[in-house]
Amino acid sequence: MQIFPCPFCGERNETEFHFAGELGKIRPDTTADVEADAWARYLYTQRNEKGHVREVWMHIPCAELFVLERDSVTMDVLGSHPLRKPPK
Amino acid sequence: MSMRRIDNFGLVDRAKPLSFSFDGRRYRGFDGDTVASALIASDVRILGRSFKYHRPRGLWSAWSDDPNAIMDISQNGRVLPNCQASTTYLEDAMSARAVNAWPSAARDIKGGLDLFHRWLGAGFYYKTFMWPDWHLFEPAIRKMAGLGSVSQDVLSDYCADQTFDHCDVLVVGGGAAGLTAARAASEDGQNVCLVDDQRLPGGGVYQMQSVDGQDPSDWVADQCKAIRTAGGRILNQTTAYGVYDHGLIGLMQTHRFGVAPGLIRMRADRVVLATGALDRPITFPENDRPGIMSLAGSAELLARYGVLVGQNLAVVANHSLAETSIALLTRAGAEITRIDPKVRPFKAYKGARATGLKQGGHARLFDAVLTSGGMTPVIHLWRHMGGKLDWCETRQAFLPAETPAKMIAIGAANGTFEIDVALEEARCAGIGHASLRADTRYHITALWPEPASKGRQWIDFQHDVTLKDIEIAAQENYVSVEHLKRYTTLGMASDQGKTSNMAGLAAMAALQGQSIPEVGTTTFRPPFVPVPLELYRGPHREQNWHPLKRLPLENTHRAMGAALGEYGGWLRPGWYGDGDPKTQIAAEVRAARTSVGLFDASPLGKIDVMGPDAADFLNFIYYNTINTMTVGSIRYGFMLTEAGVIYDDGVVTRMAHNHFVVSCSSSHVDGVRMHLEAWRQDGHDPDNIYIHDTTQHWATATITGPKARHVLNSLGLDIDLDGAVFAHMSLRETQWQGTHVRIARVSFSGDTSFEVSIRASRAASLWDALVRAGAPFGLCAIGIEAMSIMRAEKGYIIIGKDTDGETMPHDLGFAGPRIKKTSAFLGDRSLHTDKANDKARRQLVGLISENGLLPTGAHIVHAGQSRGYVTSSYDSPTLNGPIALALIANGHARMGEAVEIWHLGETQTAEICAPCFFDIKGEQLHA
Repeated sequence: MQIFPCPFCGERNETEFHFAGELGKIRPDTTADVEADAWARYLYTQRNEKGHVREVWMHIPCAELFVLERDSVTMDVLGSHPLRKPPK
Repeated sequence: MSMRRIDNFGLVDRAKPLSFSFDGRRYRGFDGDTVASALIASDVRILGRSFKYHRPRGLWSAWSDDPNAIMDISQNGRVLPNCQASTTYLEDAMSARAVNAWPSAARDIKGGLDLFHRWLGAGFYYKTFMWPDWHLFEPAIRKMAGLGSVSQDVLSDYCADQTFDHCDVLVVGGGAAGLTAARAASEDGQNVCLVDDQRLPGGGVYQMQSVDGQDPSDWVADQCKAIRTAGGRILNQTTAYGVYDHGLIGLMQTHRFGVAPGLIRMRADRVVLATGALDRPITFPENDRPGIMSLAGSAELLARYGVLVGQNLAVVANHSLAETSIALLTRAGAEITRIDPKVRPFKAYKGARATGLKQGGHARLFDAVLTSGGMTPVIHLWRHMGGKLDWCETRQAFLPAETPAKMIAIGAANGTFEIDVALEEARCAGIGHASLRADTRYHITALWPEPASKGRQWIDFQHDVTLKDIEIAAQENYVSVEHLKRYTTLGMASDQGKTSNMAGLAAMAALQGQSIPEVGTTTFRPPFVPVPLELYRGPHREQNWHPLKRLPLENTHRAMGAALGEYGGWLRPGWYGDGDPKTQIAAEVRAARTSVGLFDASPLGKIDVMGPDAADFLNFIYYNTINTMTVGSIRYGFMLTEAGVIYDDGVVTRMAHNHFVVSCSSSHVDGVRMHLEAWRQDGHDPDNIYIHDTTQHWATATITGPKARHVLNSLGLDIDLDGAVFAHMSLRETQWQGTHVRIARVSFSGDTSFEVSIRASRAASLWDALVRAGAPFGLCAIGIEAMSIMRAEKGYIIIGKDTDGETMPHDLGFAGPRIKKTSAFLGDRSLHTDKANDKARRQLVGLISENGLLPTGAHIVHAGQSRGYVTSSYDSPTLNGPIALALIANGHARMGEAVEIWHLGETQTAEICAPCFFDIKGEQLHA
């Protein structure tokens, strides 16, 4: 059982969290033309990196999204911060 | 002479005799015995049968490393399958039966299978049952496979306690090293928890004459007392069976027979691993015969249970630790014959109630042959934790390499086999210092399987993997140990290779001309011992797992005779009255269609979305245009996923310029709230949008039918209910008896309907008032079954029933926003992919059948292929006939066509029509 740090509530068991996506995915501007390939990439392509990853997670009890930095190989947690407030 | 109990040896309580049976025969044992030790004390030589060849199996060892004695055990009507006889403590009136044997382990009817061993080697099934089709053979083979049988009885009180715990230092293993480390740590002021899997801690110390100059029992008692005095905890009969992510350690605490074990999820700042070492078998021909057993195991049987496995014993060993065991056995009066396994040929054979050994032409019979091929440190948890292993040539074993964070291995688990060195190492570990591994006085002669040697030589006793099988695997290029394991099932028995893995990989190393460390080990995975699935389930069941949501009006419904059932996670009335449900439901539909029905719609979602950006936010979330809505208006719409698939449907109400209420499906509220939250915080300005789920705050009573307005009028509200003023899809707010109410003119039934919402605490008063007001008009309370029929008559969908994971709004006939909406919305681009434009998309239609009710789920077939399926099907009380909704390929363009319906091998025909059977022009809806 992994322990994740919610920036608002503190450390909690991983079962309280929900993965929301990799950080940095930008929704294409759909009021302009979006190529099918670009849309498919946005929908389905994951970087799925090995090592240091930055992901968006939701802590379900407080419903806040935050950025979780962790190592996808060792499972070590490297840090977390609110989605809108990067660390100084 | 046979196996027997020796006076003055062992820890069992001889004042407490216990009676039990095995394979139908009665035996006696003592309190403190395991089922296995009591059987050995009663001179029972055959305790089981091997998995494949049904070879007779005696006890191999005294604790969790025994692969042979597996039994279905019952007591007081409780039956537990596949119990390890060597770790199940004996209780009075137990009844044990060997698995994989009939009628008994001693006389197994399938024992003859062994005659065919020549054809049943590794890969036999893969190679033999290919032609013509594996599935022809599968049922018979499956029937032969498997071990114990599961009782059909449900043990409703068999429920594992699950707790979370924490300590500074967790010491795993209560042998000499573990006790010493736990004492040092707790006297150092640390919060210590020591776990030991036996009833009495002490590990192998009872085999010794003295520890630290003391009698072993006194020494153990002193250490336990000191640990407890210093505030440490000792958990007996508790196995640390696995280390999981972020160092979580699973502890299984077993109780008396028939009581579910407890799970402790332990987090410790440090773990001291004092799990000891296991004796490993020697590989020689016929080494699986009953009576051939582990030397350390037989010493443990004597030390803990006072059982000597025979008078005339052969010892086959290759290392210096064997002397301690031999000394103990000699003290108990055994006569020991030392056999040097290096002198070959060397093989076992079957004697009458004895085990024979042939060596260099001489044949001799022994009561038992005790073998020891060296000590293998128990480093399972070390590997779970991510610790590395080093091969030690001196000890011929894998030892813990550099220490992973948070774990120190000590004592025999660390290859420290000398008690004095181990105790010092343990004291250091207790206060947090790892010590350098000292030179060892332990001496061992390498002795590993010799490929190409003659005879059937067992590597895995339970799964019948022999040296020959490993040779076959190597020949067929399954040379990686992971492939070897899966091809031969080596180490895949219930003991997970505790006895077999080292010999197996050494054999592969010899076959490959490599060293043992070059071949390496298979991955160590939890659990270390078999654990019942119940351990993981625990209280996560029924109401604890998925609590029902309850209506504020539940008591009112009960008083009205409601048949309550679970619908989408809510306990709500399916119908009212005790009569035949079908008749009751039809009567409710007719009453609601002809006069007026009263329906509890409280579970409907009510999520407030507020703030300056609320309108634009919902305009993005919804397929439909939301930001043009006027205050007080209501709009029906869809939420899509980014893939363009319908996620939820429902109505949105604009309460005020910056305030909306999203009314999502009853079963979807939590999901929709999370969906809204995620998009609010990611992609929008969360300071300008607020989301608040008020579903539980409101109770909603729906009045529906031609007389709905009359009933509502008699409540005396100060609003004009006239259809021309208070139009369909609009909202009024007012007071009822001093309480704020919302009245929404929306409809799920297809008739004129008003949803009256009031705070939950006032729900019963409102409901009663409506019942009284409705009485003169023939008001009838209706359940969700009647509502489901009425909505289907009107062609209103239920998400997930009339839609699936591919349905897009234009498949349901809602094509407008897809073409016209210019602002961005969720899933917009996905509505214009090739897939979305496909002509053969399944579209919602109605079906008329002349041959009665169509089965829900029945397929619409054409040329042997499914073209869609029936999603909803009812006997309509309103139309006096069957109606159905279906998703059919290109259905919108096929109105009036006859289609073939297939269900469970039977076919019938139906005609495609528009998905609306009632009030097609909407006159009643808007009346």
